[in-house]
Amino acid sequence: MSNATQNPVDIQDVGVSRRAINPLALTLLSILFGLVIGAIVLALAGYDPFAAYWVILQGTFSRPKYIAYTIVYATPLILTALSVSFAFKTGLFNIGAEGQFMIGTVAAAVLGYYVDLPPVLHVLLCLLAGMIAAAAWGGLAGYLKARFGVHEVISTIMLNWIALYLNNYVVHVIKDALHLTNPTTPVIRSSARIEFFAIWKDSAAGQAWRAVHPFWDDVLRTPLNLGIVLALLAAVVVWYILKRTTLGYQLRAVGYNRFAAEYGGINVKRGMFISMAIGGALAGMAGVCHVLGWTRYIADLAASEGWGFNGLAVALIGSSNPFGCILAGLLFGMLSYGGSKIQSSLGAPTEIINIVIGAIVFFVAMPKVIRLLITRLRREDRHVR
Amino acid sequence: MSDANAGDVVVEMLGITKKFGTFVANDQIDLTVRKGEVHALLGENGAGKTTLMNQLYGLYQPTAGEIRVKGQRVHITASSVAIAHGIGMVHQHFMLVQPFTVAENIILGQETCSVPGVLDLGRAERMVTELSERYGLTVSPRAMIRDITVGMQQRVEILKALYRGAEILILDEPTAVLTPQEVEDLVGIIRNLTTEGKTVIIITHKLKEIKAVADKCTIIRRGKRVGTVNVKDVSEHELAAMMVGREVSFNVTKPEQVCGDCVLQVKDLVVKDNRGLTAVKGVSFSVNRGEILGLAGVDGNGQRELVEAITGLRHAESGSVIAGGIDVTNRPPREVLDAGIAYIPEDRQKRGLVLDYSVAENFILENYAKKPFSLRGLLNREAIRKYAKDLIARFDVRPPDEKHKAGSLSGGNQQKVIIAREVSNDPDLLIASQPTRGLDVGAIEYVHQSLVEQRNRNKAVLLISLELDEIMDLSDRIAVIYEGRIVGVIPAKGADEKSLGLMMAGGGAQ
Repeated sequence: MSNATQNPVDIQDVGVSRRAINPLALTLLSILFGLVIGAIVLALAGYDPFAAYWVILQGTFSRPKYIAYTIVYATPLILTALSVSFAFKTGLFNIGAEGQFMIGTVAAAVLGYYVDLPPVLHVLLCLLAGMIAAAAWGGLAGYLKARFGVHEVISTIMLNWIALYLNNYVVHVIKDALHLTNPTTPVIRSSARIEFFAIWKDSAAGQAWRAVHPFWDDVLRTPLNLGIVLALLAAVVVWYILKRTTLGYQLRAVGYNRFAAEYGGINVKRGMFISMAIGGALAGMAGVCHVLGWTRYIADLAASEGWGFNGLAVALIGSSNPFGCILAGLLFGMLSYGGSKIQSSLGAPTEIINIVIGAIVFFVAMPKVIRLLITRLRREDRHVR
Repeated sequence: MSDANAGDVVVEMLGITKKFGTFVANDQIDLTVRKGEVHALLGENGAGKTTLMNQLYGLYQPTAGEIRVKGQRVHITASSVAIAHGIGMVHQHFMLVQPFTVAENIILGQETCSVPGVLDLGRAERMVTELSERYGLTVSPRAMIRDITVGMQQRVEILKALYRGAEILILDEPTAVLTPQEVEDLVGIIRNLTTEGKTVIIITHKLKEIKAVADKCTIIRRGKRVGTVNVKDVSEHELAAMMVGREVSFNVTKPEQVCGDCVLQVKDLVVKDNRGLTAVKGVSFSVNRGEILGLAGVDGNGQRELVEAITGLRHAESGSVIAGGIDVTNRPPREVLDAGIAYIPEDRQKRGLVLDYSVAENFILENYAKKPFSLRGLLNREAIRKYAKDLIARFDVRPPDEKHKAGSLSGGNQQKVIIAREVSNDPDLLIASQPTRGLDVGAIEYVHQSLVEQRNRNKAVLLISLELDEIMDLSDRIAVIYEGRIVGVIPAKGADEKSLGLMMAGGGAQ
């Protein structure tokens, strides 16, 4: 609940709200505090925090390859974060991005291998099918909420598990059918790959070109793929839908105040369904891009990989703003890719990075603490003046 | 009451200025309150009354000026400091723990203990009983907050302040949520408090109450003090003029006119409330063009459920609603709107407005999907802006900024936004549910004029109100609802308060 709703009296009486603190500054400070907490933990564990952060920075920016990998890591996170944000704008909490993501990966892996189509069409088919399947997966939770009042948090958690075992089931069915030794699906056809210059970069001509272009050679070592472009486009589309379309107006009205939306003749239940379906499609898109652009197959999983759950954290850090999701996704990609290197260079456990991420999320979720700190700082500032 | 003037000065606020950014909420306000008096702070919504008192209670710090309590300069940096100085405040929105008992709520934060750490509820209950008897605040200490009426909850809040040793009680809009009977009780309680030597500061915009209970009245207009008067020396009219800054007319003039054909026909309507109990038990009535039908009744007699069923927001068990010849029984709100019914809901913040939306976005809440506001699924921002600017100018919404969040408008201006939206739909029937609740005289006058204007344009109005005065002033016919049934419909001409009151209590019509 926001401050405004808790204190309607003073706002009404005054006619203006209290001096607002820039939400961006709030987020940046949260990130800073998260890094400080991480540094403290590192120091307590006997590692030099400055060295560790230096390793992360170097591991992210010092080579073109690293930057490319950071982007590859960030791509699915941006999309799942958009999925969570979209539902959140309609007042729904989509915990199900994880399962919707998996539905997308399953569709991409199956269609990417079994269907034979020319390159661009093949990708389009996988994207479309994965997004529709995941939209249905998300939409189901929306429908259950609208029709039977089942809370979307409960239903999406359940659907996450069903998606996980569906993934494993599909993997095993295919493994048995094709008499494979490992519990994975076969690699998708080249026509479905969306890595930049996937075929050319390993060809003789490509190798020759790369030999004289070291920068691009380094970039092309990574599975940098079309996904990031799609993710950026998706962010723009999400922003556009929410802010500029009639549908977005309806959905936001439902999210802000469903009673007023109902009063205004907006079909609240339909809104819930649509919002969850669009959220599902976005998470599904993340799954499709992840398989077509990077992993190229799916495997039997003991537990879900967390791309959707991390999307929740990214959405939170990005304050459910489409463009905030991009930046937060990149930050997350940087921390998880760059952070994985502190193990090899310092011997520090990678889990420390999870503490940093957790601390950032913690501070973002506690804007009041940050606000308090800012107000204190401002007050001191005024005294100085 | 008369000897109150002789009391010592207990609170002095001198040259209080409070700024929020560039906005000056309080501008050099002086306030002197004497022991044992009831001092009213009168002003329109947004005049700065609550802001002033929030500074006395330590919720805000003044930008300039000083506060003295019993002659000593104090710095009230938090509400705990205010309480230490014997100042207590009862907010408009109560802060009570619903599943706790009265006694538990009162001692919350200052628990009575037998052994440290072990709660002594028995002693707490005795203390509560003793306090409530002393001030005539009858409450049962063991009752659960969620089970008692709003009026009772207010008493608990007052007791909470007294329990903490308050000598000076600030009551913020204490009557906004009370029924007429509860208001009378409150007046009695305030009298008891002053007899016991307590001082009461009451924030209000209701003139009647000031005349009924206050000794002194300080009027604030747009953040400035207009003056302080002895209440017995001035009339309600004079108070109103000081508050608004111009003459205010209390009387509504409406020309005689003949009613036209029937716009709304409700037949044998049965509706259940949230708990599944039948709240509307077979109601039938009709509203005709060119008339205002007033629906009078004490709160909670099925008015809310009736209106929600008509407007499609609540399922009707049986019966029918026919609007302009179209059967809209249990049709979604969209179809009811399209049948020509507009609705000013009683809860403007919950139903009437999306507080996080701008004024412009709220203006199109019902027409967002129609031309010119939407074209091929896209919002036409230019058309929306133009429409909003037009309505803001025509209905004098302040501040005149279509991008302003609806949630940060004053109550009166929020209501103007709703009325502007509903009236400009050009409805055949306007349903207005408690349209003046919580508004000040200036805004009330405005709302009343808007309703009469609808009527004069040969449209129909269904007015639901708990204020009998309002019903009698505006209506052409009056229907009285009691326990989910219409107990009578009478012409407003010649109707008297007494017989209506009798009907509202279930007495039945002659």
